[in-house]
This record gives sequence, structure tokens and C-alpha cells, in this order.
Amino acid sequence: MIYFSSIIIPLIISIIIFCGLIQNKKVYDIFCEGAKDGIKMTMKMFPTLIGIFLAVGMLRSSGLLEFISNIIGKLVKNFNVPSEIIPLAFIKPISGSASMALATDIISKFGTDTRIGMIAATIMAASETTFYVIAVYMNSVKAKKSRKVIIPALIADVVSIVTAICIIK
Amino acid sequence: MNYLWPIIILISFLFSIFNGNIQNLNNSIFSSVSDVVTLSLTLVGNMCLWCGLMKIIQETKLMNLLIKLLNPILRWLYPKSKDNKEAMEAISINTVSNFLGIGNAATPAGLKAMEELQKENKNKDELSDSMVMLIVLNTTSIQLIPTTVIAIRASLGSLNPSSIILPIWVSTIAGTLTGVILTKILLRRKKV
Repeated sequence: MIYFSSIIIPLIISIIIFCGLIQNKKVYDIFCEGAKDGIKMTMKMFPTLIGIFLAVGMLRSSGLLEFISNIIGKLVKNFNVPSEIIPLAFIKPISGSASMALATDIISKFGTDTRIGMIAATIMAASETTFYVIAVYMNSVKAKKSRKVIIPALIADVVSIVTAICIIK
Repeated sequence: MNYLWPIIILISFLFSIFNGNIQNLNNSIFSSVSDVVTLSLTLVGNMCLWCGLMKIIQETKLMNLLIKLLNPILRWLYPKSKDNKEAMEAISINTVSNFLGIGNAATPAGLKAMEELQKENKNKDELSDSMVMLIVLNTTSIQLIPTTVIAIRASLGSLNPSSIILPIWVSTIAGTLTGVILTKILLRRKKV
């Protein structure tokens, strides 16, 4: 399986380039032409990223997230929900790197094949960093009115986390 | 964002005073800013790599194959943009990258799609229906091959790292379906 996850990206790159070759395209020229767009896109994203990381960093270091997730952890404990994963559920939509660190910590502490370890892994893979995606995508077109896009996105996150907790026994 | 952002910052500031965490908070400001610089440097490399490969896909028959494969789903998800060829191409690549769990490729394709969708958008200040759907699908993101998580499980000594795939499928599909249905309802309500 490790082999499989290492082969997928080189395989895809090779397939793409192979398809270009058999159709007689100047693959290298096309590649370089396209790669230029990457610089423009990153430059465009930079100010948004500064803004998000500043707010997320302040939120994490203030201790507010731990405070809230402790309260919620106590509330849901009666419903057979392990309180250890509540902080992860909270931080997952907000920060990708922080939730990755937290999930790795939970999985190594409780074991990969325990219920808590499995739930943590599922939460990590089942959704994206919601706030980050919304901010980056909205900023890319300079749109001001979001049309409440955050509501379906967040409810979907909750549903996938609740599903993970329910199906893993 | 214009409300959420200041609220997060101000609440964090007030809470850290109440909590005695002000020193941590202060440090976090400088470390987050330098984190972005590190992140952007890796990001710019990845973005260029996948933008380049995307261009090759678009110039070959792979693109037609992808479009044909995804067309039935995409026509239903993005009814207003189904004739916008450039946007649908970028959306197809974005969708496939999400399926395969290559987040690095999904972002440049997604942003490209946003750009193309903005061209046909009548009210530039407001997200169009297709943009809302694209954003929601990228936040929920169906992942069929969760490479990162499997790698973590393997490195921590799991006996069967890929046994996680089934629960992930169920959970990611439940989340994505919820997202799509809610978005469809949200967009319909706004039209009236």
C-alpha cells in the first residue's frame, strides 16, 4: 500500500506526458508555458494566505479552541463519542497543518487500529480545510458577496465527522 | 470574510488576555507570517508543476476523455456553465484531482475554473451559482485514494493501513452529498 501511494503521482505524470508524446506535441514547451500560470496564481493567493494564517494562528494560540472543545467534549461524552477527537473536529475546517499535527499525535498515542485512531484518520481524509478553501477561492475572483457558501460547506463537514463517529465501532 | 476575520482576531485577543496567553499570541503573529512565506515557496513549485501538466492535458485527447467521462455529473452540478468549455475543462481536472487525492493539482485547476466562471458571471461582486457549487465541492472533496492518511497510518505501524478506506468513503460521500443537496437548495431559494 505504501508502494501504491508512492506510485500514483509519478504514474499520472508519466501518463500525461506519454499522451502528449504520441500525439506529437511539444510537451516540454507546453509544460513551461503552463507553469508560468502557477507563479501568477501563488502571487494572487499570498495576501489571502497572510490574512488567514494570522487569524488562525491567533485563534489557536489564544487557547479559545481548546476551551470550547473541552466543553463540547464533556457534553458529547454521554453519546459514546470519544472526547479526544473533538479538538480535531474543531480545528480540521480551520487549519490543515494544525489538524495534521493533532491527528498524527492522536493516532500515535492511541494506536492506528483503535477506534479513536481510525476516527481521527477518517476525519483527516474525509474533508478539506473549509475556511482556507473558501477564502482562497473567493479571493481569486475578488467576489465580495459569498451567498452564504459557508453554510452548506460547514454542515457537510459536520455530517462527515458524525458519520465517521457513527460507523467506526 | 469582512466580518469573520476581524471577529476571530478580536476574540482571540480578548480571550488570550483573560486566559493569560498573551505571550503565545504575540509569538504566533510573527510565526504565522513567516509560515506563509515557507508555505508559499513550496506552493509556488507545486502550482507551477501542476499548471504545466494541466496545459499538456488540455492540448491532448486526454481532455476530451475526461470531459466525456465526467460530463453527465458535471452538467447536473453546474447547469448554468455547461456550455463554458474552458471552465468545464478546468472543473473536470479539479474533480479528478480531488478524487485521486492530489490536493496540489486540485487547487490550480480550481482557481483556473473560478477565473473562467468569473468571465461569464454577470454580477462580478457576487459568486455565481456554479462558483458556489465549485467551492462547496472543494471543501467537502470526495477522496477515493486517501494517500496521505494511509502513509501516516503505515508509518505509525498499522497492521493494515488501507483498512481505513471504507470508512473514509462512507464518511466523505455522506459529507459531499449533504453539501451538494444543501447547495442546490440554497441556490434555488435565492432565485425566487
